[in-house]
Amino acid sequence: MIAGWSEKLRRNGFGWGLVLPSLLFLCLFTYYPMLKSVWLSLYEKNLATPEPIFVGFGNYANLLKDPVFIKVFGNNIWFAIGTVPTSLGLAFLMALFADKAMKGRGLARLAFFYPNMIPMIAVANIWLFLYTPHFGLFARLASWIAEQPINLLGTPNTVMGALMFMMVWKEAGYFMIFYLAGMQQIPKDLYEAAAVNGVGALASIRRITIPLTMPTTLFVAVVAITNSFKLVDHLWIMTKGGPNNASNLLLYYIYDTTFNFYDQGMAASMTVVMIVLLLVISSMQFFGWDRKIHYE
Amino acid sequence: MDNPLKLPLLMKQNKRKPLEEDRALSSESSRRRILQVLWHGIGFGFAALWILPFVWVVRTAFLPKESAIGSGWSWGWTFDNLIHVWHGAPFGQFLLNTLLVCSGVLAVQLITMTMAAYAFARVRFAGRDLLFMLFLVQIMVPPDILIFSNYQVLNEMGLLDTKLGIMLPYFASSFGVFLLRQSFKQLPNELDEAARVEGASRLHILSRIYVPLSRPIYVSFAIVSVSFHWNDFLWPLIVTNSEENRLLTVGLAMFAKSTESGAQWSDVCAATLIVSAPLMIGFLLFQRQVIGSFMNSGIKG
Repeated sequence: MIAGWSEKLRRNGFGWGLVLPSLLFLCLFTYYPMLKSVWLSLYEKNLATPEPIFVGFGNYANLLKDPVFIKVFGNNIWFAIGTVPTSLGLAFLMALFADKAMKGRGLARLAFFYPNMIPMIAVANIWLFLYTPHFGLFARLASWIAEQPINLLGTPNTVMGALMFMMVWKEAGYFMIFYLAGMQQIPKDLYEAAAVNGVGALASIRRITIPLTMPTTLFVAVVAITNSFKLVDHLWIMTKGGPNNASNLLLYYIYDTTFNFYDQGMAASMTVVMIVLLLVISSMQFFGWDRKIHYE
Repeated sequence: MDNPLKLPLLMKQNKRKPLEEDRALSSESSRRRILQVLWHGIGFGFAALWILPFVWVVRTAFLPKESAIGSGWSWGWTFDNLIHVWHGAPFGQFLLNTLLVCSGVLAVQLITMTMAAYAFARVRFAGRDLLFMLFLVQIMVPPDILIFSNYQVLNEMGLLDTKLGIMLPYFASSFGVFLLRQSFKQLPNELDEAARVEGASRLHILSRIYVPLSRPIYVSFAIVSVSFHWNDFLWPLIVTNSEENRLLTVGLAMFAKSTESGAQWSDVCAATLIVSAPLMIGFLLFQRQVIGSFMNSGIKG
């Protein structure tokens, strides 16, 4: 009995000891900052009120009245709607194309995937150049189509589209990788059986490939949606959220509020909104949808 | 009764039938071939479109300044831009810092994640399941979202503007723990027991059996981790404000801002190339492993 207890104690100590280093860093840089954000979001602290004042949910109420926040939130949702389905669809097509055995397949994979290896900040530079009026490749193309010079990044109507286009270029290849992995797990004899029964290529994609890659689609969709709320580097280089906040996104607005406006209370409450948002999106993967999708 | 005279006709018909089928088949196969050519054309067209931006930047980086802003095509090329940029900002220092941060983060991550993954996979301790759920939170809410409060934590620790400060939030990776736990769990329990009978300690078993057998997962994680930290920008930007602590990405951003004045695109392209080149070259050399590791790391549980 006593030996059992000491064994148990030793095992528990060993387990906790192994987890402890990770737990320490997670506490310092994930749990504590999260709780701290919640705490600070209940206080008003900015340049005008250097001493924090308890305001309850005042900051959240102010967020709802802040036209910039509403605009930025809307922008982010539009950004997700604009980029996620497009990159997922393209990624699926790319994977279909790169999955088939043929010459040049490796090269195609390479071409689709390489944007992912370039730092976002470098991508921003590249596309800023491509969009620069008069010199940039795409700027020239756009001006030629519109038959007048266009500043794609300087016009509120076009800036989001231009940034979405860039994002799809950067991310589609990354999602392609997951589809490739998913497609390779589909048994080959399914396709052979379909071919023997006279099912055409398109029909077998529709009836075999798409349903059997559904788990991949779900996984990639969650990754893509959360990503679209985390993207921020490119704004620093390309637009600073402008013109007139037309391209501003949540995380960049938090950054701006923290380090340029020094408004701690508002930054904290926006961080909390962001945390809740991300938790909701990712828990769809972990708890909800995952069970509704048929795995075979 | 069939008229014998009809026989040749019948035979002719019989002969014609397969011929028609054949023709139909061949038209079907030629239709298929056309579709395939079309499909390949579109696919490679897209691939070409995807390469275009980078080709454009490489071209501009090697183009003499005068021709970069001209509208015509020029065949001239030069290394001047690269040399000019390399001396224009301490990119050597930035490169060193980036290497240091990436390897430092990775080294610590490998240790912390190995320990935690083993505990979650093979040690039954109180509170394990709850703790495991808690670890999930970091995957859902990664440190990049918490810039605002992490900055304050770092400030309280007095670690602003240090390389350690850039690395610290990433020393524990839940993602790595999950990945590795999965791999540890797939190893047969008998291995463990056999080694224990031989008198090996658990830490011994972990380092001599579990770690070597999970090498592919370690490689996958290393590639994903390094490429993430090599490319990371906002956090290093916030934490550092002196040149000796800046990383490549931050250095590039500062450089691009400072040369925004006019048509110095050849310089910015050269700088962009310098910053992207190391990872790109690594990617080209080890593309199979890189793509494979991104695949591995995506298939979770």
